[in-house]
Formats: sequence, structure tokens, C-alpha cells
Amino acid sequence: MLRAVRLTLGVLLLTSIAFLISGGLSPANAAETTITGTLSTPAGVAVSGVVVSATDAGGVSVSGTSDEKGIFLIPLPAGGTYTVEIDVSTLPDGVTLNNEADASRSLLVLGGEKKIIIGLSEGGESGIATADSGTSERVIQLFLDGILFGLVIALGAVGLNLVFGTTGLTNFSHGELLTLGAFTALAFNTAGLNIIIAAPIAIVFAAFVYGWGQNRILWRPLRRRKTGLIAAMIVSIGLAIFLRYTLVLFFGGAPESYKQFAGQAGIALGPFNTTPKALILGALAVIALAATVIWLQRSRIGKATRAVSDNPALASATGIDVERVISVVWIIGAGLAAFAGIYLGLTQNTVWNMGQRILLVLFAAVILGGLGTIYGAIVGAMVVGIFIQMTTLFIPTEMKTVGALFLMILILLVRPQGLLGRKERVG
Amino acid sequence: MDFGQILSLTITQAVGVTALIYLFAAIGLNVQFGYTGLLNFGQVAFVAAGAYAVGVIVLTFDLSLWLAIVVGLISSTLLALLLGIPTLRLRADYLAIVTIAASELLRLLVRSIAFKDVFGGAQGLNGKLGQEFHDLNPLPTDITLPLLSWSRQDLWVVIVGWTLAFIFTALVWGLVRSPWGRVVKGIREDEDAVVSLGKNVFVYKLQALVIGGGIAAFGGILWAIAKQSVQPDTFQPDFTFFVFTILLLGGAARVFGPIVGTIIFWFLLAGFGEVLSSLINNGYIDFLTATDVGSIRFMLMGLGLMLLMIFRPQGIFGDRRELALDAR
Amino acid sequence: MPANTENMAPGRAAAVQALRDVDRLPGAPKPDPIVIVDNVHRQFGGLTAVDVAHVEIQRGAITALIGPNGAGKTTLFNLLTGFDKPDTGEWTFNKKPIAGTPPYRLARMGMVRTFQLTKALSRMTVMDNMLLGASGQSGERVLNALLPFTWKAQERANTNRAMELLARFTLDAKVDDFAGSLSGGQRKLLEMARALMVGPEIVMLDEPMAGVNPALTQSLLGHIKNIREEGTTVLFVEHDMDMVHDISDWVIVMAQGHIIAEGPPDVVMKDSQVIEAYLGSRHGSALTADGASLTTDSQGGNT
Repeated sequence: MLRAVRLTLGVLLLTSIAFLISGGLSPANAAETTITGTLSTPAGVAVSGVVVSATDAGGVSVSGTSDEKGIFLIPLPAGGTYTVEIDVSTLPDGVTLNNEADASRSLLVLGGEKKIIIGLSEGGESGIATADSGTSERVIQLFLDGILFGLVIALGAVGLNLVFGTTGLTNFSHGELLTLGAFTALAFNTAGLNIIIAAPIAIVFAAFVYGWGQNRILWRPLRRRKTGLIAAMIVSIGLAIFLRYTLVLFFGGAPESYKQFAGQAGIALGPFNTTPKALILGALAVIALAATVIWLQRSRIGKATRAVSDNPALASATGIDVERVISVVWIIGAGLAAFAGIYLGLTQNTVWNMGQRILLVLFAAVILGGLGTIYGAIVGAMVVGIFIQMTTLFIPTEMKTVGALFLMILILLVRPQGLLGRKERVG
Repeated sequence: MDFGQILSLTITQAVGVTALIYLFAAIGLNVQFGYTGLLNFGQVAFVAAGAYAVGVIVLTFDLSLWLAIVVGLISSTLLALLLGIPTLRLRADYLAIVTIAASELLRLLVRSIAFKDVFGGAQGLNGKLGQEFHDLNPLPTDITLPLLSWSRQDLWVVIVGWTLAFIFTALVWGLVRSPWGRVVKGIREDEDAVVSLGKNVFVYKLQALVIGGGIAAFGGILWAIAKQSVQPDTFQPDFTFFVFTILLLGGAARVFGPIVGTIIFWFLLAGFGEVLSSLINNGYIDFLTATDVGSIRFMLMGLGLMLLMIFRPQGIFGDRRELALDAR
Repeated sequence: MPANTENMAPGRAAAVQALRDVDRLPGAPKPDPIVIVDNVHRQFGGLTAVDVAHVEIQRGAITALIGPNGAGKTTLFNLLTGFDKPDTGEWTFNKKPIAGTPPYRLARMGMVRTFQLTKALSRMTVMDNMLLGASGQSGERVLNALLPFTWKAQERANTNRAMELLARFTLDAKVDDFAGSLSGGQRKLLEMARALMVGPEIVMLDEPMAGVNPALTQSLLGHIKNIREEGTTVLFVEHDMDMVHDISDWVIVMAQGHIIAEGPPDVVMKDSQVIEAYLGSRHGSALTADGASLTTDSQGGNT
């Protein structure tokens, strides 16, 4: 017991140090004061010709135009507070701002290069294809985008499902495991490690500190106290809020990108437009998920996990160390979630509420597949991912989560045990 | 450090407009969750229903505020039926997820560009909401007392709000000590037992949802009138989580739980915020900035909710024997 | 064989009399049935839990529904009380078809059930539990709830009736205590008393002896007999053979989803099919007694 406590404290100390270092670090550039950024569509295609301007308190305005790589640079006369505006009329057809409020924002630039993120989406008001691509091409694009999205969701949903299956906890802070993973990688990245090295380190770190650590410090003691599941669910809500705002405190509220691969040029595979990083990450995700599935099927602990998911009391009676299984489940769940967070961080950006934004989609995937069924999470995730992307044929991109929410509510009403679940009472 | 001013700001916030909005939501949630055991995590949608009713009727359609209030109650009732009829038979954690999903779904719809003409999109509806209400204001001027200060407009809202809050509290008191309240408390503990005694449990749960939702809608109406602005991004699930915190803090299933919980919650949150801001502004703390105060407040709130659930789930006034939760 | 009805309580006597000429066969028609069941079929996956062609429950009698584990008696019980839905089947209550009727409505019609795992509402007082059982309290309608004058008088009447029942079950001293503070046995009595508050025509008891300590058994049996004396029909599911033998007027035996025997207890106990059904499963109770001791027991058991 003492050893576990010391180990946990040591690891937490390392975490705090990592955070403090990253928070304290500012890009120590002796270069001139500029605002810069990269404009590209979610598929990774660079958006050029967009005018971005910065106006100071006195009303003096400087501007920059995005080049063929989508990069814009606004040289500033001095540090200070600027109002940064995007001239939406210079956005190409079919490309819009993710958030209308992004068109104008206030920014404090202290010195050196200030990078800002401008989220773009394709599809515009009616969600209809851009002038160039035909509908069938768009369908293929969205379908394959959906598969990639589904993989990310699966990485998050598997952990959520495993925790529910083995402990009964509906974990509302699972989204934060993604966020923490993304930010841990960001911390290592900002401290100097290339993201390719920072990412695996962050994943392992997350698996043990945020996964195993969380179980040891919080959930296991609560289980010992026999805290009920509804109470535990509310505790997880409090934890989610706490973690989110801790991240805001240490990292600020603005979206950040990793230092590498931020504005990667897109490639075209036939009708499918994507980026190399998305494909590589997708492949890695498939490997990770496949490994998890094989582990669950073949390994002793994997089988034990399935047994505990099915019937904890019975599993315990047959000699399975339930607590050990739960620890392993948290480690794997947190690790996969961290990978998902880094995935999102690389393909979009990192922001304090990125996990919260996707949490309901994760729940949709898990419920669709069947809460507590081992493979249901993956099946559900793929269906939800593809469904969400395909619905943007009819509904605006900004509302694409609506499809997933609607689907989840529908499933709960019609077939509450999900696609793969057994028909047990959910009401 | 002007402690007098800090205390004044704190108390003003503890009983002010924002606190009142949460109070209405909490009184409503007390009926739904405290007394009936319904895990309604979509309470913010009912508040939004009231607020948007005012916004839409008054601004989009340019009609009277009093009509808007009626429409607000009708929409919250419809929302309760729409939400409740399909989902009330679901298990507790499923109900929680579904109600959050429903409230987010509605928010995204209301926020969408497609319905911008009616609901104002992401910017929402802003303007002269509630003029008829403010015209009734009998107060002569702004008030500045030793520990409280309000503009005459806000004070009018606060007076009416608290009066309504006490009326609703009395209503809830009457309901829960009636036979209806007894049935609902039985449902909270064990539905099957109540069913076996001949009560139509489903109808009771719906009624609780409608009543609780209607009271919360009044919070939304007050919001629109007081803030003159109704925006979709202010109606997110975090609001509901804070309402739960308030309710649990005061003591769920206690008639005065919401009032006590609201005052203490906002007192602590506002007080901490003011003290910390003051310390920062006066240079006593230099590793934080003013913007950090907001984050720290919410961090504490999250932590507070956790500790509350773990160590004192019955809250301040609650009876541990009567807990709606399975906390031990 | 209790052929002599002179020393019996009137309810018992009437029941015995009525059942005297009924065929000792599964599905036998009864002179005054309160519940009639036809062609009920319930399957769980590949397993047929209940497959009953026809059975009738006699009004005013205490009927036992017994069988080894997995016989389907609990499933049939749940189907009849509306807590489960059959694949096919029809049954009537006082000649009214009730298959598919929701359980709360069945309770209002006069069919009230108890639960094997007692559902006394622990977080409410004993009196509140009882008042919850009262039917037709207009204060339970939300529109009347805020107008006490519409329900106060009823509340007083119900409270008085509750006190009478509680006294009968010797729970009156506990009237203001939380039901959670009662002992397990007292909670069972409370659940029974509460069921009677509804004013039912038939009381369906789900394993009333489950988890009851022997000291309480006689008391419970006495209460059940009293229920019959008041004219209320009783149907119970039970494992405990002593209880079955002691108080039931009629026994229905199920095995593997079918009814394999019906009749008065001592006849049924000696039925070879019934004995075989029980010996085939783990059941360590008195049914294995030889014919002689059974006859002796039957003399003193039933009054």
C-alpha cells in the first residue's frame, strides 16, 4: 500500500512539474512581433487569399493575406491588444468559419510570434457541396472521413465502455482523459520534444497517471465505501468540471497546435481528400484497436476482463482478481483516450473543452453499440462516426453532432440494449 | 483591500439576479429529483424554454411580454412531455445521458443558422425584453445600502424574483406534504412498490417533470427580462450541473434546500472570487491574473461537488435517511 | 383427511366445501373462479418458462402455487400480476379480460401483490406506507393536492383504518417510525398490512415465507388465514412445504412450465408425479416423508 502511495505521489509530482514548465515557457523568440496562423479546411486543404487584419487600440490596422500554403503573417509595430478580424468575403466558396464569433476576436500580443487558430469548415449554410466536387464524390469523401472520425471515437469509447462494464460507473469525465492526453503531449512538445516522441510518452504517462492513478486515488476508495453508482456518476461530473478548469488555468483558453504537422498539405487519393497525418493516425488507431480486441480475446487478463464485465460477483468467486482487472481497464482506457486526444490535437487543435465537446458522441457510440458489451463500443463508434459525417449532406456542418444525439435518443427508446447488447432491463 | 466592498459585492451576488435564476431552476429540480428521484440532467433546457419564449415572442414577433410568459409555460410543459413520455421508463444513468443529450440537441437547433430568423442563431436575441415588466417598477431610484447596492431596474427584478421564489417554495411545500407528494416520494424509493398499490407511476413522474420544468422556466423568463439578452451558448449542461450542486448543497428533498443552497453557493463562489480578485489587483498575489479567477472558481466548484457527494450527500439540511441517491 | 368442517373457521369451511367436488386434475374448473387462465405461453430465448393450457383460482380460498426451482411458478405469478408480458395467453379477473393490463390498474381492480424481497418503503414512516396503500385518495391528484379541504377528511378516515390494521398486525407502536428501522419480519407484516389497505379482492403473495425466521412463521400464517376469513382470496407462491400444507385449501403444482397436479394439499403431496418432480431437483423438505407420517400431520395441520 505504501509503495503504491509513494509511486502515485511521485508521478503526480512529475505531472505538476511538467505543467509548470510548459505554463511558464513562452516561445523565447527574439524575432519581431507578429500574428500568424495557417488556414486550411478540415480535410487539410490549404485556403489561400484570405485577408486577416489586426487593429490596435488606436484604430491603426495592419493586415496579411494567406499564401498558397494557407499561412498568413501580420507584422505588428509593437506588442499590445489587437482586434483580429477575418474578412469573410475573402473566404473561398463553400468555406466558412466554424464559429461565427471567430470572425472577430481580441488578442493580447506580448512579443514574438503569436499563433492563432482559425477554425474553418466546408459546406456553408446549406451544407451542399462546393462548386468543384460532384455529390457522389462528396459522399465518398464524407464516408471515408466518417471512418476516420469513427476510429477516433472508438479509441475514446472503448475505455468508457470497459470502465462501465467492469465497475458500472457512467464516467462523465472520460472526455477529460482525451483532453489531458492531448495537453500532456502539448506540454512535452512545448518543452522541446518533437510530437512524434512526445505523443507516445504522453500516452504512456496518461495511461498510468490519469488512468491507473485516478482509479487508485478516487474510484477504488469509493468502491470500498460502497458509494452508489448515481453518486459516483455525479462525482465524475464534478471531476470533469475540476479538470477542465484546471487546464484553462494552466494552459489558457485559446486553442493551441502542436509545433509539428500543424499546417500539413493535403493529398488526394482519388476522390478522397485528406492529409498524410490523418491516414497515418488512422492506421495507428486501427492497430491500437485491433491490439485491444486481440488482447481481450486471447490474453488471460483480457478474458478476465470480459468475465468481470459480464458478472463481477461471479468472476470474483471463480478467483479472478477483480481489482487488478479494473486497474488494467483504467490503464488501457486512459491510454487509448490519450491517443484519441492527441489524434484530435494533431488533426484539429487542442483546447480545454475538446473532450467535453466529444463526450456526448462517445456516449452515443457506446449506447448504440451496447453499454457494457466489449466490442459494442467499436461497432457503435464506427456507425456514429460515419453517420455524423454523412448527415452533413443534409444538415449544416455546425450541427453535425445533432445527428449523433438524435440517433442515441432513438436507440434508447427503441432498442435500449444497443446493437450488440443483451436484452436486460434498462428501465 | 476594501473588505466592506468585497462583502457588499458578495452579498449582492448571493441574492441577486443570477442567483435567482439558479434558484428557480433548483426549486424545479427539487420537485423532479429531490422528491421524485428523476435524474433530470437537462434542466437548463427548461430555463432556456422560458428565456427564449420571451426573446422570440417579444423580439421576433413583437408581441406582449405577458403573452410571452404564457407561451414560456406552455413550451416548458410541452418540453416536459416530449422529454418525459419516451424516456421516463429508462434507468437512472440512461435518463441522465438522454436528458443531457436532449438539452444539447435543443441548444444546437436553436443556435443553428437554419432557424436564425426566429431564434437569432449564435448571437441569440438581444434587445428590449420585458419593457412591460420594467414599466411597472415602483421604485424611485437606485439603492445603495451599507452592504447592498442595486440599480432600480435590478432591484425591481430581485424583489419580484424573491417574492415569486417564496411563492413557489410554498407551493412545493404544499405539494409534498399532500398525498400527491407521498406517492411521488414512494416512487423515488421504489416504483414497483407504488405500482403494486394501484398508482399510475408514469403519470406522476410526468407531472413532477412538468411542474419542475415550469418553475425552472420562470427562471428563464426572469433571465430574459433582467439581462435583456438570450444567447444559446449560455444554456449549456454546466448550468444544470451547477443547479445540482446547489440543490445537493442545501439538501435535496428539503423545502428550503434550494434557497439555502443558492445563497450559500453564490456567497462562497462570489466571495471567493471577489477576495481573490482583490488580492490580485492589490498585488498580494502575483502568479495569477484576473482572468484566472474565473477558472479557479469553477475548479473549486467542481471539487466542491465531488466532496459534497462523497462526504455529505445530504447537504446542509438534508436527512441522510431520506436521500434520493444511493450514496452512503 | 379434513372432511369434517364443523370445527373450522367459516371461511375455511366454505372453501373446503366448495372445493370438495372439484376434480383433482390440472386445469380443473372451479365452482366460483375469480381468476381464469387460458393458453399462457412465455418463452425466454429457447427456454419455455410457462406453458399453461388452463387453470382456475377459486374465490375465497387460499391457493398455493408450488413447484421445484425453475418450474415457472414465479414467471406465471409475474404474468398474472402484470409485471411481465406473455407471448400468448388470456386470463380474466372476475370475468374481465386482463392480459396486458398494466399492474397499477390490476391493483385498482382489486388484485394486489407483495414481493419476495419485501418492498416496504424504508425512507417513509410506517403510517405513510399504509396511507400510500389507501385507494381513491383524491389528494393524490395533483390538482387537489394544494387544496387540503378536498382530502383532509379522507386522510383522517384512512389514518383510522390504517391504525386498525396496524394494531391487528401489532405494528401500531411503530406507526411514526421509518420503515427502515423495522426488523425484516416487521417489514413483511407491514407490506401485508399495506396491501390490505388497498381493499383487494385477491391478495397475491410472492414467497411470503422467504427469509422469515421461524418465530414469525406462525404469526404470518395466522394473518394469512385471517385474510381468507374476511372473504379475500389468497394466492401464494411458496417453496416451504410445511406452510403449504398448513394453510392452503388448494394446491397447484407446476414443473417445467406446465401444471402437473391440482388438489387439496394432502392429495397433491402423495401424487407420484409431484414427488418425482421434486425428487428430481434439490429440495430438502418434507415431501419425502412416507405416506404414514403425512396422514398423521394432516390431522392436526388444517383448521
